[in-house]
Amino acid sequence: MLSEINNSFKKSKSGAKVVVAMSGGVDSSVAAKLLVDSGYDVVGITMKLWGYKDSGGNVVEDSNCCSLDDIHNAAIVCTQLGIPHYTLDYSEKFREMVVKNFVEEYKRGRTPNPCVLCNTEMKWRALLEKVDDLGVDYIATGHYARKVRHPETGTWRIARARDAKKDQSYVLWGIQPDGLSQTLFPLGDLTKEEIRTLAADANLRTAHTPESQDICFIPDNDYRRFLKEKHATDLADVTPGDIVDMDGKKLGEHKGIPFYTVGQRKGLGLATGEPMFITQIDTDHNTIRVGRREETLADTFLVEDLNWFEEMPMGEPIRVFAHIRYNHPGEWATVTAEADGVARVVYDNPQAAITPGQSAVFYQEDQVLGGGYIKAVVFENETAGIEE
Amino acid sequence: MFAHDGGIAMNTIYLDYAATTPVRAEVIQAMSQTMETVPGNPSSIYTTGRLAKYELTRARDELAEVLGVAGNELIFTSGGTESDNLAIKGLALANQHKGRHIITSQVEHKAVLDSCQRLQEWGFEVTYLPTDKWGLVDPETLQFALRPDTILVSLIWVNNELGSINSITELGKMVQEHGALFHTDAVQALGKLPIVCRDLPVDAMSVSGHKIYGPKGVGALWLRKGTALQPLIEGGSQESNLRGGTENLPGIVGFSTAAQLIEQERETRVADEQVLMTELSHALDDIPGIRLNTHPELRAPNILNISIPHVDGESLFINLDLAGVAVSNGSACTSGAQQPSGVLTAIGVPDDLARATIRISIGRDTTRETLERFTDILKQEVYKLQKKSKAIA
Repeated sequence: MLSEINNSFKKSKSGAKVVVAMSGGVDSSVAAKLLVDSGYDVVGITMKLWGYKDSGGNVVEDSNCCSLDDIHNAAIVCTQLGIPHYTLDYSEKFREMVVKNFVEEYKRGRTPNPCVLCNTEMKWRALLEKVDDLGVDYIATGHYARKVRHPETGTWRIARARDAKKDQSYVLWGIQPDGLSQTLFPLGDLTKEEIRTLAADANLRTAHTPESQDICFIPDNDYRRFLKEKHATDLADVTPGDIVDMDGKKLGEHKGIPFYTVGQRKGLGLATGEPMFITQIDTDHNTIRVGRREETLADTFLVEDLNWFEEMPMGEPIRVFAHIRYNHPGEWATVTAEADGVARVVYDNPQAAITPGQSAVFYQEDQVLGGGYIKAVVFENETAGIEE
Repeated sequence: MFAHDGGIAMNTIYLDYAATTPVRAEVIQAMSQTMETVPGNPSSIYTTGRLAKYELTRARDELAEVLGVAGNELIFTSGGTESDNLAIKGLALANQHKGRHIITSQVEHKAVLDSCQRLQEWGFEVTYLPTDKWGLVDPETLQFALRPDTILVSLIWVNNELGSINSITELGKMVQEHGALFHTDAVQALGKLPIVCRDLPVDAMSVSGHKIYGPKGVGALWLRKGTALQPLIEGGSQESNLRGGTENLPGIVGFSTAAQLIEQERETRVADEQVLMTELSHALDDIPGIRLNTHPELRAPNILNISIPHVDGESLFINLDLAGVAVSNGSACTSGAQQPSGVLTAIGVPDDLARATIRISIGRDTTRETLERFTDILKQEVYKLQKKSKAIA
């Protein structure tokens, strides 16, 4: 009702040229198939982002995203579909943009979500630049998301996928608005089960590939191991420091700020009677502040590097449904755009562990209005000190 | 195994004969006949086996004649890569009591470079000679690198990426006079240059079937009689105890047939290819900033390697493929990542230029018209991308 749903990529002019980003998994394979079936002129592209020897740990190359196997599978699927396939090497750029940022964010005491940055910078910005060379009209991905057009403003917005369990609209807030107009999400109206069935019926080689892991370049999910093993020199200046309670009393020692995240309970080595959670990481004083569960609650925070799909009037409060991490159930909030690309968000009800570095994404109904990176939480006792 | 609707058209302008060649009809026929009429194992002692042995020997002797060697000096392998591996590792291992130093160049085929690297892991010392900007080894550089403990030198004859031709006679003579063994990878030389092994200062030579309109999966190493070699694949007395495993008889027959045919046609074809390639070089001359990586005179008749500045290599190759053109690029695909070819780096081509480097290689089906169409398409794509890169800069 707010907007006309116009995700149907089938409606587009037939024969339009599309590059589909293919990981070698089942989702992007089916995305390519749907585009071919709808009469698009499709080219499959696999972006080689990572070499698994840079992951360290007991990581075996096969079956991870960007492995030789996955690239090979994407190429085989393209041949099955009768379309060309190319591998583009973005590993240097990925290392420079995404992995470097990942390490730096942890050093700054923040908790990054590399998928958000990878989508913004690699899958959209870098790929869009390339497809311009190739004279292509659209890029498409296997993300679970939809794209809708606002009936009045005519602008495109990202919207939640029909399959709520798989919805990935959260990690797509950073796409530049003009990039979005050149984007197709063929899977937006399908469920995972339907996609598996489509792949199996078409006998696609990737029909039974496993689900991808959380952080593709750390397949064992142990980011602390990854930092210590592969980025030891970047962490050379990291030193242990104090763990303090909300009143500043020392409770223990931490091993270095990058190894902790806000909301963390395990691995603090504290002998307190009740469970303690990290509430704040203070790089200026190299201290980590902990508190009881209720002390991680906050309702106000600042968001930076905002990306809006609609023009946002400065200083005007807007009602949104805001998510502060992937899988966060979301809560009503009021967001007010302030100067310098910063916005202030006030939740109706306090939320646990609002974590700097994570993304805050603002929805109206099922549509993404915009998003940004969480800059800082404004705790009640500090409110007075923050300049309005 | 899975559906394929055949929607992708094959490249209509195939200019990658140095990568592989289509199998010619006579070869298909000879192979097919062998499979139909010669079912035996050449090692079996009964009649069917003896017949297979006869066919194998015939094919071997005929190939030997093409190469100017004796049949029992040929070791059939699975292709050029195995031949290179067998030569480098096999000669080094069998002769290490004389020394453990090996010389090769920076622009060799991967099969040679990787084998040398393995030997280093096994305790050998390897010198990788630099080359000139065409990829050619200067004899003086070689002379300087030879040491008393040098047992083996391996240098490519016709460079597979660049098409430049090393002066094998001069280099080989120097090596043999020094008392070391000389191996050359002649995979791209066969059918292009006159090869009479017994008159060459060479001890071992790699050749392959699928570069000369023969089948994939078969090659040979020629080894001068009396040269010690340690086998790499064991498990039978085939190939004079130097390469175990039941012989790939249809493949060997196909390879031998292809070699005889290409040798018969060699002089005429080389002359034709030279004319076409000269015309192509001239036609590409006016691409702004074009760099030739193939030696202007000491070159194979069928290969031309060029680098084109101010274009995005990835985009260029995608657009060429989409336009139906098949040419090789200046990258080696390792794990899907595009690393600039080590050969191009070695001859001083910067990374960004290496990514926009094209190896054009022609063959028996290439016509003047094909090359004219190619030239038009290439210039159009280059113009588009150069304009764009200037717009950005």
